[in-house]
Amino acid sequence: MATAAEKEGVVLLDFWVSPFGQRCRIALAEKGVEYEYKEENLSDKSPLLLKMNPIHKKIPVLIHHGKPICESLVIVQYIDEVWSNNPLLPSDPYERAKARFWADFVDKKVSECGTRLWKLKGEAHEEARKDMIEILKLLEGELGDKKYFGGEIFGFVDVALAPFTAWFYTYETCGKFSIEKECPKLTAWAKRCKERETVSKSVHHPHKVYEYVGKLKKKYGVE
Amino acid sequence: MGEELKLFGVWGSPFSRRVELALRLKGIPYDYMEEDLSNKSPSLLKYNPIHKKIPVLLHGGKPVVESLVILEYIEETWEGNHAILPKDPYERAMARFWARFLDDKCMPAMWMSCWTEGDAQQNFMKESKENLSILEGELKGKKFFGGNAIGLVDIAALFIAHWAGVLQEVAGISLVNEEKHPILFKWIEEFISSDIVVECLPARERLLAFFQAKKETMLATKAPAQ
Repeated sequence: MATAAEKEGVVLLDFWVSPFGQRCRIALAEKGVEYEYKEENLSDKSPLLLKMNPIHKKIPVLIHHGKPICESLVIVQYIDEVWSNNPLLPSDPYERAKARFWADFVDKKVSECGTRLWKLKGEAHEEARKDMIEILKLLEGELGDKKYFGGEIFGFVDVALAPFTAWFYTYETCGKFSIEKECPKLTAWAKRCKERETVSKSVHHPHKVYEYVGKLKKKYGVE
Repeated sequence: MGEELKLFGVWGSPFSRRVELALRLKGIPYDYMEEDLSNKSPSLLKYNPIHKKIPVLLHGGKPVVESLVILEYIEETWEGNHAILPKDPYERAMARFWARFLDDKCMPAMWMSCWTEGDAQQNFMKESKENLSILEGELKGKKFFGGNAIGLVDIAALFIAHWAGVLQEVAGISLVNEEKHPILFKWIEEFISSDIVVECLPARERLLAFFQAKKETMLATKAPAQ
């Protein structure tokens, strides 16, 4: 008797704390798609991962009926196109372009700056702190007074950014600033995201993320 | 459609030329505004305040930025004429993956191969050659990355078809060569044999002179004081 996951034929290769993997988990949950989750050990990558993503050898990888899709935003768009219920991207081409721009902005800016924030010291750290505040303020500017980046709908940009809300505590602590103080609307949006079951079930507690970063810091000899 | 269409670009940029190619393939008329990146226009800063970069496509007064985002916008707005993305979601995902591979991996490594020296250059060249072999694998058996017609990935790979050759000459290195990358070489020949593509390429001599001047400036600033 095939399980619901087996019927859909969807497998997600992932790593528990990865915000990129979490985007895929959230998108699948928003569409109500059952899937098989496979946790990867990134220091000992499985033959399946290396076969399905030979170029980058990274997670997340979505495997649908045996065919792999790589790169988290490519995966999320694929999910949106295959399962047309609860659309994540709006229907108007200009609004879609705006959503793609902001998701690309999150990709280019948030993770890279976050890494600089916990990894670097001195002047470079101070620069990372300034950059992160600017990045979050720009995002808040785009959000404005909307419920979500997608307006009333939890959309593509929300999916792209929501996993990083679990990293806010780490950014604040490493950067010694308060995200709530600098970006109150973004903070309120983060709370609304956490209230969605699709997000709360996909994303880990901020303290767990902070603990994980602590281990990375030790590994890289940063104190 | 009747609405005003303007493209802010730079003559030598593969990113703004990509957008021009997509518009021309679809037969869409547009106005072109050349930007001076050392003196950015108030319009550019108004329409792309976050990145302050070209290309910017202005359609009916509304700006679209980031070249790959612009290409998808063009595809969705002017459906029907010369589709640049396939209809099948899996094939679309593959096209998007390869376009990102070109932008995130291929182009930066090739660019850096031409502007660095010593060990750093060797590493970038090794990475570039691996990327080119990967691209060859994707092209096998196809006329274009998009199949029988030019698609999103071909448009994104415009840099390899034209700029790479010029930069290699300026740097005195070999990255794309016929012997090691016969399939890619054939693709380049096929691609630039199209009149529409040729119209979108900056004159080779002008590009060569531009990069040679840039190299001379670089070497001059490195030269020890006499």
